[in-house]
Order: sequence, then C-alpha cells, then structure tokens
Amino acid sequence: MNAQLAAAFATLPNYLSQHVLLSLSSMALGAGVSLPLAIWAARRPRLRWPLLAATSLVQTIPALALLALFYPLLLALSGATQNLLGASVPSLGFLPALLALALYAMLPIVRATISSIAGIEPAITEAADAVGMTSSQRLWRVELPLAAPSIVGGFRTAMVWTIGAATLATPVGQVSLGNYIFSGLQTENWVFVLFGCAASVAVALVADQLLALVETGAARRDWKRIFVGAGGFVLAALAALAPAAHATRGAYVIGAKNFSEQYILADLMALRLQAAGLSSEKREGLGSAVVFRALAANDIDVYVDYSGTLWTSLMHRTDNPPREKMLAELRDWLKRTSGVVMLGAVGFENNYALAMKRERARQLGVTTLVDLARVAPQLTFGTDLEFQSRPEWKSLREAYELRFRAIKSYNPTFMYRALDDGQADVITAFSSDGRILAQNLVTLDDPKNAFPHYDAIVLIAQKRADDAKLRAALQPFVGAIDLARMRRANLEVDRDQEKLTPRAAAEKLGREAGLLK
Amino acid sequence: MIELLGVSVAYDGAPRPAVRDVSLAIPAGEFVALVGPSGSGKTSLLKTINRLIAPTSGVIRIEDRDAAEFPTHELRRRIGYVFQGVGLFPHMSVRENIAITPSLLGWPREQIVARVDAVFDLIALPRDYLDRAPAALSGGERQRVAVARALAAEPRIVIMDEPFGALDPVTRDALGQAYRALHERMGLTTVMVTHDTQEAALLADRIVVLRDGAVVADDTPRAMLSGAHPEATGLFDTPRRQAAAIADLAR
Ligand SMILES: Nc1ncnc2c1ncn2[C@@H]1O[C@H](COP(=O)(O)OP(=O)(O)OP(=O)(O)O)[C@@H](O)[C@H]1O
Ligand SMILES: [Mg+2]
Repeated sequence: MNAQLAAAFATLPNYLSQHVLLSLSSMALGAGVSLPLAIWAARRPRLRWPLLAATSLVQTIPALALLALFYPLLLALSGATQNLLGASVPSLGFLPALLALALYAMLPIVRATISSIAGIEPAITEAADAVGMTSSQRLWRVELPLAAPSIVGGFRTAMVWTIGAATLATPVGQVSLGNYIFSGLQTENWVFVLFGCAASVAVALVADQLLALVETGAARRDWKRIFVGAGGFVLAALAALAPAAHATRGAYVIGAKNFSEQYILADLMALRLQAAGLSSEKREGLGSAVVFRALAANDIDVYVDYSGTLWTSLMHRTDNPPREKMLAELRDWLKRTSGVVMLGAVGFENNYALAMKRERARQLGVTTLVDLARVAPQLTFGTDLEFQSRPEWKSLREAYELRFRAIKSYNPTFMYRALDDGQADVITAFSSDGRILAQNLVTLDDPKNAFPHYDAIVLIAQKRADDAKLRAALQPFVGAIDLARMRRANLEVDRDQEKLTPRAAAEKLGREAGLLK
Repeated sequence: MIELLGVSVAYDGAPRPAVRDVSLAIPAGEFVALVGPSGSGKTSLLKTINRLIAPTSGVIRIEDRDAAEFPTHELRRRIGYVFQGVGLFPHMSVRENIAITPSLLGWPREQIVARVDAVFDLIALPRDYLDRAPAALSGGERQRVAVARALAAEPRIVIMDEPFGALDPVTRDALGQAYRALHERMGLTTVMVTHDTQEAALLADRIVVLRDGAVVADDTPRAMLSGAHPEATGLFDTPRRQAAAIADLAR
C-alpha cells in the first residue's frame, strides 16, 4: 500500500504539470476562440442560435470519443501536410488533446458571454449610445464590465470541466493525471485510480475557488479580491507547471497499449534503453488501433504488438499459417507498407483463447470450442471491449457456429470479475494473462485453428530503422521471455496481495530473463 | 438651432405612427417645453434629435447641418441628454458617470476633474456623493446626477426627458430655476419634455403640445394660459384652477 502511494507520488510532479499545462492551454485556446465569437453573436441575434447549437452539440459528444476522433483527423491532416509541405503535424499526444478539450471548453464561455451581454438592460446600452460611445467603446466600457462576473462564471465552469476531461487524454498519448486512472484500472491498482481521481478533483477545486474570488470580486468591483484570485491562480499554475519547465524530454518514445503486460514491457524497454545510456519517455494506455498508426506516423518509436492482431486487423487476412511463416510474411508486409521494422518475436505468445472456470467446464463436459458450441445457447459470453469488432470473432463464430444466450463486453479487469461471480460463463482471455493461473481457469482448445498465433513482437518506427544504438539495446528481447515468466510478471501486477508496480515487475522480469543486471 | 422638417416615427409593427409629420424650428438660445398626454410621442420625438431614433421620414437639422451627416457618436457627444429613466451606468461611480462624455471626447485629465466639480455644484448634492455608486442614491438624487452628466461636456444643445420627475416640489422648483439660469448664462438651446404644464409654463419660453404624435399647439406660456389654443385648453385648465384654488386658500 505504502509502496503504491510512494510510486504514485513519484510521478505526480510530471503528471500534474502535464495535466495543468494541457488544461490551461485548452482553456486559453477555447476562451480565445469563444469570447470573440460570443461577443460577435451577442450583437447579432441571428448568429446566436447557430453558435449556441453548435457548441451544445459538441458538448453532447462524450469527451472520450471527442478526444479519440481528433486522432484520425490529425492523422489525415498530418498525411496531407506531409505531402504538401514535407512536414507533418503531430497527431498523437498534446495536439489532439488540446483541440478536443478546447472545443469542449467553448459552451460554458459562449453561453455565459452571450446571455450576459444580451441580458444587459436596454436602457443602459441606450445610455451608452446617448453619451456618445462608439460601438467598441460601448463594448469595452459598458457591456464587458457589466457582463464580466457572468463571463468569469462561464470560465469557471469551463475550467472545472476541462480539468476533469483532461484525464481522458491518456488514451491519445498525452500524459495527464488520467495515467493513474487508466493504468490503475487495467492493473486493478485501486490506489492509483483513487489517487488520480483525488489529484484531479483537488486541482479542479483549487482552480474553482480561486476563480470564484475573481468572479465575486468582479461582481462587487472589489479589485483586491480580483487581484488575490487571479494572482493565486497564476501562482498555483506556475507552481504546478514548474516541473514541466526543466523536464528533459526523452530521446525515444515508447508506446504501450492499455493492459498490464504492455505496461511491464514498456517499462522493461525503458530500463534497457536507460542501461544503454539512452533516455526515453512513455506513451501508455494507447488504444490498440491508435498505437500502430502512431508508430507508422513516427509519433512513437517502439512498442510491442502481437502478430495475429496485425495479421487480422491490418492485413485483413483470414487464413491461419504456421507461426514462422506468419511472422515472415508480416515482417515483409510491415517493411513494404509502412517502413516499420519488426525486430523479432519476444518468445511468448499472447493468444486469444476462450476461458471458463475449471469446475464449470467439467460440469458441462467442455474442453474444446467444438464442445462449447453445443452448450453455448445456455451460456453468457463476456468479451473485452474490442473483441466483438475484431475479425477474430467473425472467423471464430463462423468456424464453430457459436450462438450464445447473451454477449456482454467489459473492461478486461471487470471481465475476469464477471466470470468469477457467474455473470459470464465464458470469456475472451489472453494466454499470457496471470489471472488464468490465479483464478484456476481452463482455456478451450481450438481444433479448427480459428485463432491465429499472437507472437509478441518488437516493432520499430521507420525513422529509427537505421538507429544502431536503439536496435542494439532492444535486440536481446528477441526470444528472451517465455510464457511462464510473462504470466508470472502479469500476475504480480494484477493480483490483490503483494501487488507490484509495472516497473517493479519489469525489473524483476528483466533480471530473470537476463535482460537487466 | 434645431430644425425638424416633416419628421415622422413609426415603430415596427405599431398600428399608428408615434410621431406624425412634425415640423419645428427652435432658434439658438430658446427653451422649449414639450408637453402632452402619456403616449403622445414626446420621448420618440425627442430621441430623433440626437438620433437615438432615426426618423422614418423627415429631416433633422442641427446648427444648419443635416443630423444624418454626422457620425452618430459625434452628434451625441455634442448634445446633452437626460433620460426619462435616468440611465446612469451602474458599474461606474457618480464621478465616472458625470465624466463620461468629456473622457470620450479625450479632454485632458485636469480639465475633466475641474468640469466635474463645476457641474456637480449645480445639482446641490454633498460632495462625498461623487464616489458613490448610482445604486446608493435615491431616485431624485440619481436624476440630478443625470442632469449633471448631460451638462458635463459643455454641450450647446440639451434635451431632457422628464428630468425632475422624481423630485419633491421644493427641490424640483429650485433645480428648475438653477437650470434655467444656467441656460441663460451658457446660451444653451434646451428642449425639455414634461408632464407638468405648470413647470412648463414657469420655465419655458415656448410650449409645444403633442397629441397622438402631432403638434396641436405651439406658442408662449402666456398665450397657452390665456386660452388662445382650444386644443390645449384641457392641459392648462388644471394648473390654472389649482393656482386659483391655492390663492383662495391663502387669502
Ligand atoms: N420601441 C417602441 N416600439 C413600439 N412602440 C413604441 C416604442 N416606444 C414607444 N412606442 C409607442 O409610441 C407611442 C409614443 O411613445 P412615447 O414614448 O414617445 O410617448 P411619451 O409621450 O414619451 O409618453 P410618456 O409621457 O408616457 O413618457 C406610444 O404609443 C408607445 O406605446
Ligand atoms: Mg416619454
């Protein structure tokens, strides 16, 4: 428990400064766009409705989806600018998060500005005209001062939303306090989840209270109060941002998807690079579709993927060749289509497999998928979030003619819980998952070879293809980790007792596998 | 010199025009009272003078130039205006309210300070009121500040809409007299809307009576009170009868 908290505090300066930097930049951009637009619309009733409708519409898009949408958008833009200008915009990390959150911050500011300016008593605006103000003098001397408290109120709402929503930037590769929440959720590290939530709430509360001072100060024309609120806000922001100012950016960017094994392997790669004198930073918790594109776009330099995943999802292959043949074809295809280098297979496979509780499988007489198809109509199938949209599910369903009574999808952590408490009878498990051991599960045989092989493979981005130092540091991974070791490392991170952080598990695994001294 | 030539005002969607074909010539230095029943179009007509309302038809000439030729903000800085609804800026102190037009005109700081002091003296309020917010003033005090604000930029023309409406009779009379004296001293041209025909008769050189948007009588107070204008007799009967009754009581 204490070790977990200590691990959380160790990364706090970095996560917090990145979170605050992202929130403030998004607010600045959002406000910079919203304020002029709203002021303009406040004078023109015809523009009011479209602007409010558009910003409200953005608000109805779930924040997570909005963030995720900016990634492919920027990727396309990046391709276009690469072709046109020879330089690409980064599509991962800060930029998509900034744009999505800025859009998200618009509604409260637009709404507060329009309603407060349009709500000023007509007699007062008429008086402004009567004393001889031009329309911009009227804006600066009368309308904005009178609307200021409400506009600051809109800022406050936007700021609190943005700070909360910034935790969702993690899956698009931007470090934030959400890193605690996403990694904690995947590794069942509730200390991390709570720590991330508490930190984000604390930041939001501080910002809210300081802006509240500015708001009431503006309403009472109390300059001292405004000064204290605004000054406190700036000081708090600077204090939170300080670590970002002298943070050294890593030379290499290591990617990781959003489950324990990926966190461990990313940490292990970082440790290997460190031992070779190379600095690195991690982008963790990336969506499985995002991470390969990020590598192909050179936004990250290296990560571990699985052969079968690329085979089915990217190459769109439905045949199922032997392990070595698949790796060879994949290597060629990667080189040819995106210049990505496949360094080699790590040694273990992390296959998709359907798993059941040992007891339950015996009762039903199920050992293979053929047996499962027979009893499936009475069973509930629990899948991870992406399985039902993956091609493997289609080929599996067709090969065995599987018909379940119900299918539910879960975040992996909750999927194992669902199997444990009987909400699901069969789940999609991963062969390297430590929980197969821990929960005494059986994986069902696949006699028709519907699932391909999922060799863990190290992939290197095109721009690092000829980087001898990087390749030398990572080459030892090839063939170094067998299934038993990987399962144990995963279990050490996932279990409830004597839990290790991914980094601690990576150090242990590295020593056992001879990758670290 | 203010000239109105065939001025009409019709509000969007209103069944009848609020001002109908009004022509008036007001020479420089004259004090005109605009009277008439509620809804007769007094405010609408007054606002055409500083173009808070653009007339639907007709021409307004200010000092021999078509008012439509001026940029509106320049025109308005030259004409002092007192609102029927007072219209002080709630976020500014009394001092800032009074100083607004001079500051828009870019007067030097010391000149503004001196001018604010001078006009503030006219309205007979304690000096510490200068730093108060309008919300901390009574209705009548606010009206007085509004008069000071209208005079601050040394306009040649002042138009006032019920400027003394919220005052007690004593203050009202004192302030009316003080304003009339100022009008003389500064050579102002004044148009004042009032409900109070007695006040109109006592302060103005000339009374214009509006009914349903049209001028029905236009003459000196003496002629009005003598019954020379049957259309206006009703309006002036009341003050005359009251004056006679009070004179009886006092005897
Ligand atoms: N903005 C407006 N839109 C439509 N009609 C208006 C508007 N302002 C005034 N009116 C109408 O125009 C007519 C004249 O109004 P105006 O305010 O000029 O009257 P007034 O003589 O000043 O009355 P009062 O003595 O009550 O102030 C009224 O019938 C009024 O209802
Ligand atoms: Mg009126």
